[in-house]
Amino acid sequence: MSDLNVLFTGFGGQGILFTGKVMAYAALMEGKELSWLPSYGPEMRGGTASCSVCISDNTIGSPLVVNPDVLVAMNLPSLEKFQNDVVPGGIIIVDSSIVKQKVGRDDVKVVYIEASRIAEENGLKGAANMVILGRLFKETGFCSAENLDKGLQKSVPAKKANLLDSNRKAIALGIDS
Amino acid sequence: MGEKVLMKGNEAIAEAAIAAGCRHFFGYPITPQTEVAAYMSKRMPKIDGVYLQAESEVASINMVLGAGAAGVRVMTSTSSPGVSLMAEGISYIAGSDVPCLIVNVQRGGPGLGGIQPSQADYHQATKSTAHGDFHMLVFAPSTVQETVDMISTAFDLGDMYRMPAMVLSDGMLGQMMEPVVLPEPKDPDNDSKEWAACGHRNERKHNVVNSLYINPQELEDLVIARYERYAEIKEKHQMAEEYLADDADIIIVAYGSSSRVARSAIDKARKEGIKVGLVRPITLWPFPEKAILKHAEHAKVMLSVEMSMGQMVDDIRLVVNGKVPVEFYGRTGGMIPTPKEVYDQIVRLNGGEQ
Repeated sequence: MSDLNVLFTGFGGQGILFTGKVMAYAALMEGKELSWLPSYGPEMRGGTASCSVCISDNTIGSPLVVNPDVLVAMNLPSLEKFQNDVVPGGIIIVDSSIVKQKVGRDDVKVVYIEASRIAEENGLKGAANMVILGRLFKETGFCSAENLDKGLQKSVPAKKANLLDSNRKAIALGIDS
Repeated sequence: MGEKVLMKGNEAIAEAAIAAGCRHFFGYPITPQTEVAAYMSKRMPKIDGVYLQAESEVASINMVLGAGAAGVRVMTSTSSPGVSLMAEGISYIAGSDVPCLIVNVQRGGPGLGGIQPSQADYHQATKSTAHGDFHMLVFAPSTVQETVDMISTAFDLGDMYRMPAMVLSDGMLGQMMEPVVLPEPKDPDNDSKEWAACGHRNERKHNVVNSLYINPQELEDLVIARYERYAEIKEKHQMAEEYLADDADIIIVAYGSSSRVARSAIDKARKEGIKVGLVRPITLWPFPEKAILKHAEHAKVMLSVEMSMGQMVDDIRLVVNGKVPVEFYGRTGGMIPTPKEVYDQIVRLNGGEQ
C-alpha cells in the first residue's frame, strides 16, 4: 500500500473525528506520512461531520480528501453526498443499522455492517465508530494490529483510560464481522 | 530529537511559541484560530506566563505593543477580520520599531466573510496592512512541522531587525493534524534589548519607545533608516522551496495550503510526462524574487495558484517583468481548489487535452 485516502462521514457525536484520529495515530506508529483534517464550524453542530485522513509513504499534498479510496458513511446524508466521489475500485463502508439505503454503484466494493447494532448488543453503545474502524482495518490492512492498538492508546486521553478496553473490544468485533 | 506527536496546527503554533521563549499572549477568540488562544490559556499560567483575553482585537494589539516595548517576547493570534481591527496598532508597532509575532489563521472575506480557509489576506499582510511606510516579516508555512519551525525564526528575525513578524496560516493548516517534533524549549531571554522601556533603575538614561515624530525631517530619516534595514532583509532572508522546478517548462508558484494542492497536481502531471514544477514562497515578505527569477530563465509559463481572486500573482508579474507570461488560477471565499482543478490548468498550459 502506498497511498490511502479515507473520508469518515456521519453526524456530529458519532465519533467521526476520533475514528480518524485513531487511524492517523496508528499510521504514525507505522512510520507513515499522514494528515488528519476535520470539517469545522457550524456544520458540525447537529449537521454532518467529516474527517479526511491521508496516509502515504511520501509527503502528503492536499490533505482534503476529494476522491476517497475508502468512504465511511455513518448516516444517509453523508452517503448520498459522497458515494459518487469514491474512486472506482474503492471501498464504501456503511453502518447499515442507521443507513437503510443501498449504494447505487457497482464499480466499488460496498461493505454493509450493522455497526451500531453490533456495538449496542455487546454493551458498547456509542462505539459503532470503533466497530467500523476494525472492519476498515480488516479490509485495507493499513497498519499492523500492534500499531492499531498503539494508535488507540495514543488517541484515548489519560483521563479516559478506562475506555480503552471497550474500544478494543469494539475494534475486535469489527474485525470479526 | 523529541518524539513525533500528532498536533493540530493551531495548538502547535502555541506550543512552538512557548518553546521559543514567549511568555506573553494577548488575544481575542475568532474561528478558525481559537485553539491557539485556548491552548495558551491552559499553558501560560503553569509556566509563569501571561495569558490575557482582551475585550477586542484593538485592545489585544495595543497590549502587544506595550509588552513588546518593555522588551519581552510577545504575540497575538487572530483570523482575518481580527487583523483588520489590529491594523492601526500594527502600524504603531512598526513605527515604534517594536518586535512581536502576529499570527493570522486566514478565513474567507471580505467583511465577516466565512470561517473556511482562505488566502485572501496576502495583500494585507505584505503591503497594505495599515497606514504609513512599513513592512512586516511575513512567513507562510505549508505543514504543521514547518509552522512550528517558523515560529522561532519569526521571533528571532523580528528581534534582530526590531520589527513585527507575521505567520500567515489558514483555516486548513490551523485545524489539521500532522506529525510534528517540537523543538527543545529555550529560556525566555528578555535582557538583551537595550532599547526596551523596562525601568532604568537610575542606572542609565531612560528609553523612549514612540511612533510620534512631529518634525518631518526626523521622521523621514527614521523611515529611510528602516528601509535600509528592509533592503538588508530582502537581500539576506528570502526563503522558498523548489520542487521539481529545475527542468520545468511550467512553474507553479503557490504558498501555504494551496501549495499542497499544487504539489498533488504536479505529481499527477509528472506521471503523464508533463514538465511542471513548484516554487513555494516560504517568506511572502521579503518575496523570494531570486528563486522566481531563476526559474523565469527556463520556464515557458508561470501559474500562480491561490485561495484568493489573485493577489500574489501581482508580485510574480513584477518580478519576472514580462520575461514569461504569468497566469492565475484561484478559488476564494473558503473554497479550496482541488488537485484535479490545478491539474486541468497544467494540461491547458501544456497545450491542451492529453
